[in-house]
Amino acid sequence: MESTQNPASPISSSPARITVTFDDQITRYFVIATAIWGFVGMLVGALIALQMPFWQANLGEYLSFGRLRPLHTNAVIFAFAGNAIFAAIYYSSQRLLKTRMFSDGMSRFHFWGWQAVIVSAAITLPLGITTGKEYAELEWPIDVMITIIWVVFAVNYFMTLRIRREKHMYVAIWFYIATIITIAVLHIGNSLAMPVGLFKSYPIYAGVQDAFIQWWYGHNAVAFFLTTPFLGLMYYFLPKAAERPVFSYRLSIVHFWSLVFLYIWAGPHHLNYTSIPEWAVTLGMTFSVMLWMPSWGGMINGLFTLRGAWHKLRDSVVLKMFVIGITFYGMSTFEGPLLSVKTVNALSHYTDWTIGHAHAGALGWNGFMTFGMIYWLLPRLWRTKIWSDKLANLHFWVGTIGMLLYVMALYSAGVTQGLMWRAFNESGRLLYPDFMETVIQIVPMYWVRLIGGLMYLAGMVMLLVNMYMTIKSADEKPTDAAITVAA
Amino acid sequence: MSKLLKTDGRHRKLEGWPLVFSVLTGLSILIGGTVEFLPLVLLDSSVPRISTVTPYTPLELAGRDIYIAEGCGNCHSQMVRPFRDEIERYGEYSKPGESIYDRPFLWGSKRTGPDLARVGGKYPDLWHVRHMDDPRSTSPKSLMPPYPWLLTKQLNFEGIPAKMKALAALGTPYSDSQIEESVAAAQSQAAQISRNVSSNGGPSGLEDKKITAIVAYLQRLGVDLKKSTN
Repeated sequence: MESTQNPASPISSSPARITVTFDDQITRYFVIATAIWGFVGMLVGALIALQMPFWQANLGEYLSFGRLRPLHTNAVIFAFAGNAIFAAIYYSSQRLLKTRMFSDGMSRFHFWGWQAVIVSAAITLPLGITTGKEYAELEWPIDVMITIIWVVFAVNYFMTLRIRREKHMYVAIWFYIATIITIAVLHIGNSLAMPVGLFKSYPIYAGVQDAFIQWWYGHNAVAFFLTTPFLGLMYYFLPKAAERPVFSYRLSIVHFWSLVFLYIWAGPHHLNYTSIPEWAVTLGMTFSVMLWMPSWGGMINGLFTLRGAWHKLRDSVVLKMFVIGITFYGMSTFEGPLLSVKTVNALSHYTDWTIGHAHAGALGWNGFMTFGMIYWLLPRLWRTKIWSDKLANLHFWVGTIGMLLYVMALYSAGVTQGLMWRAFNESGRLLYPDFMETVIQIVPMYWVRLIGGLMYLAGMVMLLVNMYMTIKSADEKPTDAAITVAA
Repeated sequence: MSKLLKTDGRHRKLEGWPLVFSVLTGLSILIGGTVEFLPLVLLDSSVPRISTVTPYTPLELAGRDIYIAEGCGNCHSQMVRPFRDEIERYGEYSKPGESIYDRPFLWGSKRTGPDLARVGGKYPDLWHVRHMDDPRSTSPKSLMPPYPWLLTKQLNFEGIPAKMKALAALGTPYSDSQIEESVAAAQSQAAQISRNVSSNGGPSGLEDKKITAIVAYLQRLGVDLKKSTN
């Protein structure tokens, strides 16, 4: 976003202009971290996917499925998606607000602190140091670290808003604000615990209350870590890549407010038919169904932005990634409300359908939006051409097919097992009284899932190679972008 | 509505006020959680008490923490739903009052393996020892990883009183004397389980190993509901 300096008029005095250089180095750091942790997180995912149909792949105490699954989820959510979110926020906010970040020091504290949290997770989780709460497994000292880092991030961000030159906040900024505020509330709320030494704590909540708080947190981690910041990413990077304006301003307003308001209520849909009070579940289900609308508002705004620009997909891997990403977002945000309906949930809960649903969203929406962003950023941040457009396109195809295999395999496994669990014979007895019978039936699908996952991982490796070769061909110190503004 | 959403409307103005915008966003996200959570805390009727449900014994508590550390909850749920097929397969459906002392709750999200909410008393102690050591020795087609280190690693008995103190501070009704005697109580319960196992042909010498704790915990699951009230 550069503008040429106004030639001074020889008669009148023109206003003084200064150059504002953006901190692009921090974005470079976050982009590299995103790619590395994406690989690590997906590699662990592939290993645990292998461990399911092939128990021999449980390589001893520290690499058994129960120890590694939380490492996988934490790595792909907080390390991969997390670093991607920060790359998006730091890159786009400076440009949208026409200012450098308030504090380079805080930006770097954020970056290195976040990586330290990830490394702590990689060490503690295989050791069995865990709270046992999904996506909140990290024990209390790491939770404290996360809180401090998030506060620094928030202060840096809100101070940047304060010193902004562009007074109007573009829609992406609204989504970033919602993310920063809500993640803080959720993290603190669900992490409140009584420590027993450095490596163990008990939540202050128990039973029903703990279940509720956990899924208030868990579902809204999806909402405000895996959705809102990625919608912000979409609103910035898609119009840039397509060279088209966003489809509808009014839609962005309506879907933003309805999304941030409705999402929070959806937590209890994770607890359908469990021992929480029925009224809470009904609220969760109703609001989850309503949530379909603001979510599709986002999808519509994204896809319709490409009106008149669909032909550009042919030559743009970035646009290909974004379109598949937004489409999977639409699929997942239709499927989510569907799975929240009590009758559907009665079949799907505890089965692989849930995992299939989660991965459609994670691989499709979070993954592909991240890949699109990275392929768009690589040439711009490093001031060079991308090393191989062909490889990027291969990533797109291999990743898409891998995702489809993954998701189809698990839909099949989930529905099969769910139906087998509830099948009765003519004399009113369980048709499959032995749980094992339902397991044996779906093992082949676990192998197909592994193949799909390995393809997706292969795509991730392609991105890493492309990124490495692109950076290698660039200057050692690429120039940061700058704009000239009135002093 | 039109004055609000136009490109020169009131919302546009709001988009120039980050502080107000942030406060409004903050309020929006607080409403749902508050409405859903407060009744669960303020209304006793949300969690009807069951008089026969009592806190975990010291050894069972240690076992529960092993269950958490090993990530058993990633594959096993502990929540029987009120469906005919689940009641047939697992037993009586789970009641809210059964998990009042569960910190954290372990209802689970996935059944790669069967639900364990009512596994207590279903299998003898020796079965559990064999199953944890080598799942395929009791369940031939099982996908479960083996946990042989539980039969060789020492249980940290001395760490139990601190756990009970923390839980007591949070509201679990452990008395001071129960906490004082917890190490001895745990060792005694562990010795009993170890005797059960060895006298039935299983390995001996397990009384100070982690396996007795996890067995004790598993044998407690779902059992309180069926206890008589005397």
